[in-house]
Amino acid sequence: MWMFIGRRAVATIPVMLVVAFVVFMILRLSPGDPATVIAGDYASPADIARIRAQLGLDQPVALQFVSWIGRLVQGDLGISIFSNLPVTTLIGQRLEPTLMLSLTTVVFSVLVAVPLGAVAAWKSGTWIDRTVMVVAVLGFSVPVFVLGYFLVYGFSLELKWLPVQGYKSPADGIGLFFRHIALPAGALSAFYIALVARITRASVLEVLEEDYIRTARAKGQVESKVLLVHALRNASVPIVTVIGLGIAALIGGVVITESVFNIPGLGRLVVDAILKRDYPIIQGLILFFSFLYILLNLLIDIVYTVLDPRIRY
Amino acid sequence: MTEQTSSAGSRRRSGPWSLLAGHPIGIIGAAVMIVVVAAAILAPLLGTSDPIALNPVNRLKHPSELFWLGTDMYGRDVWSRVVYGARVSLTVGVSAAALSVVFGLLIGMVAGYVRWLDGIVMRVMDGLMAIPGILLAIALVSLSGASIVTVIIAITIPEIPRVVRLVRSVVLSVREEPYVEAAISVATPVTKILRKHILPNTIPPLIVQATYVCASAMLTESFLSFLGAGTPPEVPSWGNMMAEGRLFFPLAPWIVLFPGVALALTILAVNVLGDALRDKLDPKLARRI
Repeated sequence: MWMFIGRRAVATIPVMLVVAFVVFMILRLSPGDPATVIAGDYASPADIARIRAQLGLDQPVALQFVSWIGRLVQGDLGISIFSNLPVTTLIGQRLEPTLMLSLTTVVFSVLVAVPLGAVAAWKSGTWIDRTVMVVAVLGFSVPVFVLGYFLVYGFSLELKWLPVQGYKSPADGIGLFFRHIALPAGALSAFYIALVARITRASVLEVLEEDYIRTARAKGQVESKVLLVHALRNASVPIVTVIGLGIAALIGGVVITESVFNIPGLGRLVVDAILKRDYPIIQGLILFFSFLYILLNLLIDIVYTVLDPRIRY
Repeated sequence: MTEQTSSAGSRRRSGPWSLLAGHPIGIIGAAVMIVVVAAAILAPLLGTSDPIALNPVNRLKHPSELFWLGTDMYGRDVWSRVVYGARVSLTVGVSAAALSVVFGLLIGMVAGYVRWLDGIVMRVMDGLMAIPGILLAIALVSLSGASIVTVIIAITIPEIPRVVRLVRSVVLSVREEPYVEAAISVATPVTKILRKHILPNTIPPLIVQATYVCASAMLTESFLSFLGAGTPPEVPSWGNMMAEGRLFFPLAPWIVLFPGVALALTILAVNVLGDALRDKLDPKLARRI
């Protein structure tokens, strides 16, 4: 098992290098002079020269890449053009709201989606199953900001139950935190619930046809135990995979949701950076999110070996 | 499951419509898509006025007989903008689907068939998949300048790896088939094997995948526009309309809600159509997802 974990961890290195290379090349391959683009329409030649030097664009490309990777390995993501603060510091300042929003969304989605999917599979072909599937397609199709505005319109403007926007840290009081996080996490969950419910239904449906389920039923096992112990546990590998793969889409959703609800997290940081063309921030955040995704999926692969001892690569 | 397998076997002899036979939700999805496509093509004939004409006298008018869906903060007719917005969404969705299928097919066939390239190509695809698609698209658009072409390219690139994976997995399973081994043993040129034996097997899952890429591209376009990194602001896209209207949301919710409903309905129709086609064309995938 340790051999497998070690091999799997080493395999993430080339993938991370590809990500770093792509992120590096986006700036270099874009048409026109990147320094001019970043400086904007009203920049003086001196500004452009300063940005060019700051980004190291006056050096050969290969050298730029090597020195950039060298700094990355030391955890240096560069320095913001406008605030002159290290990108890592900015990420640190904005990490909490994004983390709390993502965690709340994932926990809530899994708690809702896994039972929904399992029940849909158990009652497959009935109206319960069809309702769950329709809700799932809806979750895939309604853009998170559209849903967000509908929720704000209903729960904040009409019913006045929840605040329209903003973020409160759990440190300010757990009740206050949940009142603020409820609508953004709810809007963001729709897609994730759809994704996880669909895969849960499909994998439980498949497992329910297995011989050992028939055996369990034949020996008089209670139906709830058949579903929870025998079916769900054996269906867990694809479910956990999708939870991991869904994180990429979740990150995209977080960026949008933070804009809709004015949450001062990493998503706002990236959107503000786009508007100001603060390229080191954009670059640093794309890297940060991509590496996070790679590491989370590494973690999930390791979880597999615990869930399903048959899996050995 | 068995009836789906048999209908998939007989599909070559029947027209495209029979693909949706017995799938009422799929037929509804197809019908909605026909309406949206017709609206996009016939936009000037549908009681619309110039979608970008400013009319400050008629700012923020409620939906009425004169302005069916109201007007926005510049006095532009929301109905006209919603109808013309279908053109933008469909252009982006269809182009991104077509481009990602073409490139994904080429790269996937090479990766699946040329063994020594497989490892390299797939690591690159893994890397591309690790980058959140929306962020990659945002970075590409913000650096290359906003235009519909940039948006289409920026949306297509993150979609390609999924198509590559799909095509590669089909190629890997088909190349072990006896008829392919037979073709190799009689020295059939590689290009002919790929074209005559492998390509046809990739088509059914690719059609299904194309619908999902189309839905996802329309969704991403609206996200990009909403964040101000999408189609230029003067283009009446549904995402742009919602982005501009959001400041006036409590005052004039129709500016945001109508394009939102149009967008959600269109994406829903494409997704439902994709699910129906998947059940018919790719029963193996239908079992898994």
